[in-house]
Amino acid sequence: MKITFPHMGNIWIPVKALFDYLDIEFVLPPQNSKRTLSLGTQHSPEGACLPFKLNIGNLIDAAAQGADTMLMTGGVGPCRFGYYGDLERDILADLGINLKLITLEPPDGSLTGLARRIKLAAGDKPWPRIIGAVKFAYGKALAMDRIEDIIHWARPRALNPRLAEEIYRQAQTELDQARDAKGVDRVVRDTRSRVRGLALKQDYEPLRVGIVGEIYTLLDPFSCHDIERHLGHLGVHVDRSIYISGWINEHVFQGLYKAYKDISHHKALAKPFLNHTVGGHGQETIGGAVDFARHGFDGVIHLLPLTCMPEIVAASILPQVSKSLQIPVMTLYVDEQAGEAGLLTRLEAFIDLIDREKRMNRRISDEQTVLGG
Amino acid sequence: MNRLYLGVDVGSVSTNLVLMDENREVRQGLYLRTQGRPLETIQKGLSQLKLDGGMINGVGTTGSARNLAAAVLGADVVKNEITAHAVASSNLVPGVQTILEIGGQDSKIIILRNGVVSDFAMNTVCAAGTGSFLDQQAGRLDIEIEDFGDIALTSKLPVRIAGRCSVFAESDMIHKQQLGHSMPDILAGLCEAMVRNYLNNVGKGKDIQAPVVFQGGVAANRGIRRAFEQALGLEIIVPEHFSVMGAVGAAILAQEAVAGGKPSCFRGLNTATSQFIASSFECSGCPNLCEIVQIGLEDNVLARWGDRCGKWAVQEVSPAETETA
Repeated sequence: MKITFPHMGNIWIPVKALFDYLDIEFVLPPQNSKRTLSLGTQHSPEGACLPFKLNIGNLIDAAAQGADTMLMTGGVGPCRFGYYGDLERDILADLGINLKLITLEPPDGSLTGLARRIKLAAGDKPWPRIIGAVKFAYGKALAMDRIEDIIHWARPRALNPRLAEEIYRQAQTELDQARDAKGVDRVVRDTRSRVRGLALKQDYEPLRVGIVGEIYTLLDPFSCHDIERHLGHLGVHVDRSIYISGWINEHVFQGLYKAYKDISHHKALAKPFLNHTVGGHGQETIGGAVDFARHGFDGVIHLLPLTCMPEIVAASILPQVSKSLQIPVMTLYVDEQAGEAGLLTRLEAFIDLIDREKRMNRRISDEQTVLGG
Repeated sequence: MNRLYLGVDVGSVSTNLVLMDENREVRQGLYLRTQGRPLETIQKGLSQLKLDGGMINGVGTTGSARNLAAAVLGADVVKNEITAHAVASSNLVPGVQTILEIGGQDSKIIILRNGVVSDFAMNTVCAAGTGSFLDQQAGRLDIEIEDFGDIALTSKLPVRIAGRCSVFAESDMIHKQQLGHSMPDILAGLCEAMVRNYLNNVGKGKDIQAPVVFQGGVAANRGIRRAFEQALGLEIIVPEHFSVMGAVGAAILAQEAVAGGKPSCFRGLNTATSQFIASSFECSGCPNLCEIVQIGLEDNVLARWGDRCGKWAVQEVSPAETETA
């Protein structure tokens, strides 16, 4: 069995670790690129979302490299993603590419059903080894999240943000190569100390922007034109509502593990604005925006791929959040466009807006402190 | 000598240049068609500037090709068009609270309160209801775009046209036209459809309050202006320099950028005849396969962009390295 898994940002690092640990051959598709997108768009329904099209491109590439089995995560609820695995398998079959599909999901919420599917992917390996592999891979996911957040911190503050990108790339490579839990910890430690060694801007307090929205576009830099990097280089500290470990934990392990920046409280935070599940992460998007507002962030950016149903619902509710919590929110749709000029215009204008808002609020509060009372 | 400031707005459809004096009076405004050749159009604009003994003390660029323009001209400030439009409008129309801006490919709404931008939106994945669509329809109907609005104003009974998508709008227009509706009724219907689309798509959820300024190339169209007035029930102000407001904003920002005697980075008017070479290549350094664009002046590379990693940033690459790409 040669197994493959479509890309979604850095998720390939823990997934590859899982199969390496189990000694199962894993085919890593080439990173998302214009080529992936062209391939995917050619063979996908027009109305499907960008992540679906990139999945198709990844799977065609992986099959060409000899993959015979595809692993997908599933899901229940109104988001179409839950059915992507099956649909992708059928589209590929029509193209003469026959991949076996293993959907990692807890059917009807039962963990034994999940275990059976894991066993299907793991073959004849004994359970202790499978559990060891899952733990190791999850450790890498957690480490990746920490590294991404360290880079979020470094980009706006470094005198030369390019050096932050170099540290990031080095960390990705090293984390991929780490062979045991100690090695994984070391990569995080080393990344931290490299960032500490960077020359920083003097007395610089960056604006803080929280990114919420659909998970794929949030985690995959290709699909969102690497919005985090752009913001970072424009001097903005970025955080996001979803990190990989949180997603794996929620989707696969049913909340059994501890995730990085856990968001299980986001549903409750969303309640005053949206008290019903709308599929995908629609509710978490609202909750995330509320969370960022409460933590004093200067603005929120909402990302979604065109035609994404849960996020369309969230997009129509976010103006209420913005108004009642007084935090600027900007919604950005992504689709096939390759030009970045439009994105940069919006980002720059948004930063101008929140910067002025912040300065004005500071002025008002200064006035109140000095002249009020 | 008269101190002048040059504002340049390079958009998809038009390239606008404005010469502004110290008192923020517009001395000259140029509206040129970009026609897919931003570099040549900027140079053409430069050669048409009349300084009248004045001297350019600062340059600002905006619009989707603002970085290109900045590299070529040597700009003192590069700003996004939302900020530029807001700056221009609040200078020319004090107290403005809402700006409706419809350009070639972009339409935006900007909400100002107390003179600063408090909210904005831009069309994202749809270009229905922008200048290029109107252009295209005028071309198809063989009427001058300049006459479009006046013909629409003569309509007694605008027909209803689907405005949600420019493709649907076009086929709807053709169907109505084949049924025998008159040209003014169809054009007026299109104006109403565009305004409906704009308000539902770009302006959704925004708190539109007077004074409302309408600017951008499409503001020349009196049919659209009337459709806005009817839909909003508010007076619509079209400022004198409505078609070059982005450039006006860039000029004002340039004046601010060089305030305090900072020398300008402007390369000079002879830039109009310099030989700029724009070229592009695909970097094969990693699977991102970035498309790198580079602007050269004779043997020097002035600017490069398009790379995700930053390795092609100009100051760190010698001309020899480009060969190996």
